[in-house]
Amino acid sequence: MKIVTVPSTLDERTFDAMIRSYVEGGGGRTLVDARHLSWVDPYGMLGLLALGAVAAREGERPILQLAEGSDVVSYLARMGFLEQAAAFYEINGAHRRSRAVDGESDVLLEITPIRSHTDIHEVVDRVHVRAQAILTRQLAYPPNESFQFAVILAEVCQNIVDHAGADGWVAVQRYSRTRRLNRPVVRIGVVDLGIGFKESLASTHAARFGDRWNDATALEAAFIHGLTRFHDPGRGQGIQQIRRRVAKWNAKFSIRSGTARIADIPDWDDAPPLEEGLPYFPGSQIFIELPKRVVEDAPSRPAVGAGTRERRR
Amino acid sequence: MIRGENLVPVRFDLSALVRRSVATFYSHLVTRHTGQALRIGIESQIKDMQSLCLSILDFSQVAVLDYSCADETVAKLLRRYQEADRPVDAYFIARGVSDRHRDALEEVLTRHGLALVAEVDGVGATLLGAATPEERAAWQALEGLVCAPAATVAARVSMDEPTAACTLDRLADRRIVLRRGSPVNYYALSPLARGA
Repeated sequence: MKIVTVPSTLDERTFDAMIRSYVEGGGGRTLVDARHLSWVDPYGMLGLLALGAVAAREGERPILQLAEGSDVVSYLARMGFLEQAAAFYEINGAHRRSRAVDGESDVLLEITPIRSHTDIHEVVDRVHVRAQAILTRQLAYPPNESFQFAVILAEVCQNIVDHAGADGWVAVQRYSRTRRLNRPVVRIGVVDLGIGFKESLASTHAARFGDRWNDATALEAAFIHGLTRFHDPGRGQGIQQIRRRVAKWNAKFSIRSGTARIADIPDWDDAPPLEEGLPYFPGSQIFIELPKRVVEDAPSRPAVGAGTRERRR
Repeated sequence: MIRGENLVPVRFDLSALVRRSVATFYSHLVTRHTGQALRIGIESQIKDMQSLCLSILDFSQVAVLDYSCADETVAKLLRRYQEADRPVDAYFIARGVSDRHRDALEEVLTRHGLALVAEVDGVGATLLGAATPEERAAWQALEGLVCAPAATVAARVSMDEPTAACTLDRLADRRIVLRRGSPVNYYALSPLARGA
């Protein structure tokens, strides 16, 4: 049996450890051991869902072992995780009961499948008024900018429909604080199990890169240079728009695809802007974290750009 | 009426049109797919017009406009109707534009080297997108004059007349102003859209 250990905290930074455990595990049926999971954000939750989908492709239905009766299970139920995960996992230890919101966090968008453009409309319809209120009142964003949240969400979900060639999910959560930031944040996770950036761009751009064509160069092409597989000059600008907005809000934006991750890193985070040699995982995993605006978050101060080509293996 | 020609202003409530064109209950202008459906809807409504057409793209009920939809609707419409083989002699103007729409519109227009006359909330007629300082000055002067020959615009913006005529011709080629008659007169678009 292949045993995958889920870290106690599952988010964008610990996702790789879970995937490494999966990739390096033995053969046989997959058991995803989440008994020690005590905190999970939208990215981690969607990652866990995606892992179940990938493991299920191998044949036998994977098992997800949760800690019985824990708060995290209640939260997973509230986010719609258990309902979605039932399609891939045999779930042990889950009680489908919900608890009152604990005051520390606030579900902005439960796990929502993205299969078509209609789903994107539905997501925007559901969140934009509430997101605007949260960004304005709790994250101190100017009212004339907070509506951009819905635009970001629409663009990032569109990436699934237009480029992934497979379904995906989106989820959004507000937190009063995180381990890194002692102020409110909103975290967005968007995950798909599609072809990933490298394959999406390969037909139009791989030849120019020759042997250098890999997940990292594909991510750089899309993230930094705005390239897509289309020749239309208007295409590929959704990510650029998000990057500009994220920089203005001193927020974080990362995309993981295949074996690499590229990111715009604000000064309050210490993640590298480009990582290669990560354990392979299909599709793409997008993370955006919007922190409460503080006076020193001057929009003119640029985030550490992915273009610095700082790498970590 | 512009020197014997009928100008037909046609107003498109984009929020309502998206419901009809995309057959959804959603009125947000998001996704490329939605933009494409909107553009086709607009083109189908103006394609049979025999006369000069001023299409008013009304954003006033649009809460969310993303880049992809703006690119697919506005940029592609403007590009198509700048081409010599355009199906109809159509001009475009945006109405009800606010901060909610301005970023996306400015971005797509600038990226394609296009410009669009827009009635911006609290500001009035504004030239969005790509334009040189001379083009902006000439356009602004013409907005105040409503209709004028190049010499009158030149006097307003302290240009010599040939330079003003050349600048206004560029604006006319980009379909940001209307050029008609002999001797040539230039017409600002936003006054022509009033009342529509």
